[in-house]
Amino acid sequence: MQTHQYDVVIVGAGGAGMRAALESSKRTRTAVISKLYPTRSHTGAAQGGMCAALANVEEDNWEWHTFDTVKGGDYLVDQDAAEVMAKEAIDAVLDLEKMGLPFNRTPEGRIDQRRFGGHTRNHGEAAVRRSCYAADRTGHMILQTLYQQCVKNDVQFFNEFYVLDVLLSDDLTTGTVPDGQEVAVSGVVAYELATGEIHLFRAKSVVFATGGAGKIYKTTSNAQTLTGDGMALAFRRGIPLEDMEFFQFHPTGLAGLGILLSEAARGEGGILRNSEGERFMERYAPTIKDLAPRDIVARSMANEVREGRGAGPNKDYVLLDLTHLEPAHIDAKLPDITEFARTYLGIEPYTEPVPVYPTAHYAMGGIPTNILGEVLRNNTDTVRGLYAAGEVACVSVHGSNRLGTNSLLDINVFGKRSGIAAAEYAMGADWVEMPDEPEVGVVAELERMRTLPSGERVAHVRRDLQNTMDANAQVFRTGDSLRQALTDVRALQERYRHVSVQDKGKVFNTDLLEALELGFLLDIAEVVVVGALNRKESRGGHFREDFPDRDDAGYMKHTMAYRRPPATGDRPHSEAPSGPGTSAPGTFDIVLDYKPVIMTRYEPMERKY
Amino acid sequence: MTATLENPSTDAASVGEIPSFDVTLRIRRYSPETHGDEAYWQEFTVTAYGTDRLLDALHKVKWDVDGSLTFRRSCAHGVCGSDAMRINGRNRLACKVLLKDLNPDKPIVVEPLKGLPVMKDLVVDMEPFFASYREIMPFLIAGGNEPTRERLQSAEQRERFDDTTKCILCAACTSSCPVFWTDGQYFGPAAIVNAHRFIFDSRDDGAAQRLEILNDKEGVWRCRTIFNCSEACPRGIEITKAIKEVKRAMITRAF
Repeated sequence: MQTHQYDVVIVGAGGAGMRAALESSKRTRTAVISKLYPTRSHTGAAQGGMCAALANVEEDNWEWHTFDTVKGGDYLVDQDAAEVMAKEAIDAVLDLEKMGLPFNRTPEGRIDQRRFGGHTRNHGEAAVRRSCYAADRTGHMILQTLYQQCVKNDVQFFNEFYVLDVLLSDDLTTGTVPDGQEVAVSGVVAYELATGEIHLFRAKSVVFATGGAGKIYKTTSNAQTLTGDGMALAFRRGIPLEDMEFFQFHPTGLAGLGILLSEAARGEGGILRNSEGERFMERYAPTIKDLAPRDIVARSMANEVREGRGAGPNKDYVLLDLTHLEPAHIDAKLPDITEFARTYLGIEPYTEPVPVYPTAHYAMGGIPTNILGEVLRNNTDTVRGLYAAGEVACVSVHGSNRLGTNSLLDINVFGKRSGIAAAEYAMGADWVEMPDEPEVGVVAELERMRTLPSGERVAHVRRDLQNTMDANAQVFRTGDSLRQALTDVRALQERYRHVSVQDKGKVFNTDLLEALELGFLLDIAEVVVVGALNRKESRGGHFREDFPDRDDAGYMKHTMAYRRPPATGDRPHSEAPSGPGTSAPGTFDIVLDYKPVIMTRYEPMERKY
Repeated sequence: MTATLENPSTDAASVGEIPSFDVTLRIRRYSPETHGDEAYWQEFTVTAYGTDRLLDALHKVKWDVDGSLTFRRSCAHGVCGSDAMRINGRNRLACKVLLKDLNPDKPIVVEPLKGLPVMKDLVVDMEPFFASYREIMPFLIAGGNEPTRERLQSAEQRERFDDTTKCILCAACTSSCPVFWTDGQYFGPAAIVNAHRFIFDSRDDGAAQRLEILNDKEGVWRCRTIFNCSEACPRGIEITKAIKEVKRAMITRAF
């Protein structure tokens, strides 16, 4: 085992992690630990743009952006955080331009802007051009630009290192640490993929920027590596997860494959049509039609298919029509997504409409933080030195449904904020005592899993998880479907105890890595389903057919899910190992609580577009 | 049976059926920890469907047959650059090769990228590749006072370096270059592409420094215009053209 000591350790090297690293590393000694090479992160797959009220092409201001974000999130957004994000968006975009990001330009040479779902002029009058973009490769350009700046500033990376535990001064899983008591982070335990060696990183501050958990679903735009690692690690150490029942399904995934086709396709004039050729969004959102927020468009599409107006031989998708756009315009503004349609479906978007269907895209929920990025361990107390930013976190700027482009904004604004806060805290803080032999639990679990001679395959358990989540916890949910999902997930957790890997080596053991990731997915899926079952209303990305209306009296509040010791009799207690790296059923319960929504300017209204 | 045409759901069974076919992968494997110091070949046959990529076939092997088969992958649709490998002798991303486009009568030969040290199976050590990238100063070097708002750049100026901004650092180009195979010190096409991206950016003032670096004996003059790199690039970057433009800039000092 090797031991390292840094003032700040950042876990994850996507947009949020690298944006934090740029701030932190110029202030204090910083390391970035990433399970991938930084440029492989899924920020690079983002396409359409990053909204900021620059007003380069038409009148706009950050207050309109704040309002759109709050309304888009169906009023579950913390309005102070949304205001911070919309205000700081302008500098976030300008920062990236100064770092060299090659934005598309207006005829005057300024950053060009285009329309995007849910972003409107003057509180909903009409779609506004607010998204700053670089063709349909905005995320790629952000990721490359941030990595370029990290090279320039000599940021220290530990690539293909996998963080498996976060070390805290107190055991929060017992639920007995009193409110107000100081709890602090002291470091992380990591596994080096190339060698199988364990590394202990002692740190005054730790920033989680590990991204999302889309792989709990089968049909997803997310990378293979998006397995909710950071969320699950925090959760296993007794830190709550907020609003996990809200998962965004992006309307336009390539049918059957889930590969993302940007909303920019509709921002540039693309139209969704059903099997009858009808522009059906006119019925669901008369004012902004195809540019309604994603939850509304995804539900409308799924509804068209359910009512028999789906296209294709099985009537199981709708069509994204770009055929009325000039090929030169498509090439200039949407080159990558049209290439995806050609490569993966053999469809020529110049002349044929593209089959699309909603695809699991984004976790609105995550590790709760305040607007500085500090992680909350209950409704009010922070964990000293622990920060989170990006999709892993829940600030909450997205509420129950994130607007398109606001994720690239989130990672830049709150990545920067958490990097600054983590460095400043570390510079004034003392080292926190680490627990004795902090790696023991992780090592024992790794060895158990690596050496178990035979057992069920990881991939089979994962496949069954993804199937039940797609079938029972997707765009449309009911109490019955969610109870089925919960039963399935718990049975799969039981099966997980008996999975074994075939690769028994220490060098580059991705078989073992996938097994660990599956444990995280099973934890996260359970939290998603328990939260969804409990929320007996429909709001944003969470739609309950048995409770189709929003219920502000009952549920205008954030869900806080805690992992706590099992209550007697409720769930059978099994004798499974209980190290931090395990996800054995019966060793814990999920206890739900609530946190108030912060409202500043806007009273909840009915959400119409 | 015109009724079938008008009402396809009456024949639901055949409509829902997706044609499948078997493919054989012949994979170059290497695992000193478990199989000795020599690389070896191993064949696997799996069932594939119409839209399956080579990456799906590799996953089928790993998930259903042999969990120890090791390769990198992440996004699975050609934007992250993790899964570059040699497929039937050509550098490709496994997630951008559709199995139906390959000849099903012969095994598909899958090998690690050439010219980089193999760590295990299809995983190579990427550090030498990234070291070359870092050497060409791949970041904006802008002199003068920072403007309050954005720097202005015309659409034409932006277009000048558009092609080379697409690079995803997958190493398909560099590891397809015979010059790089024989001399690992050569910067390689990817590093030159990333230098090009800044040399021709109107906002950048570091061109002279980068050209100085690439004027080195392991620099741009080692390129023999073989075009392997352009052919290998999964992003369709005209790499040889970019290298030529860098060579010309070095002579004319016009950029």
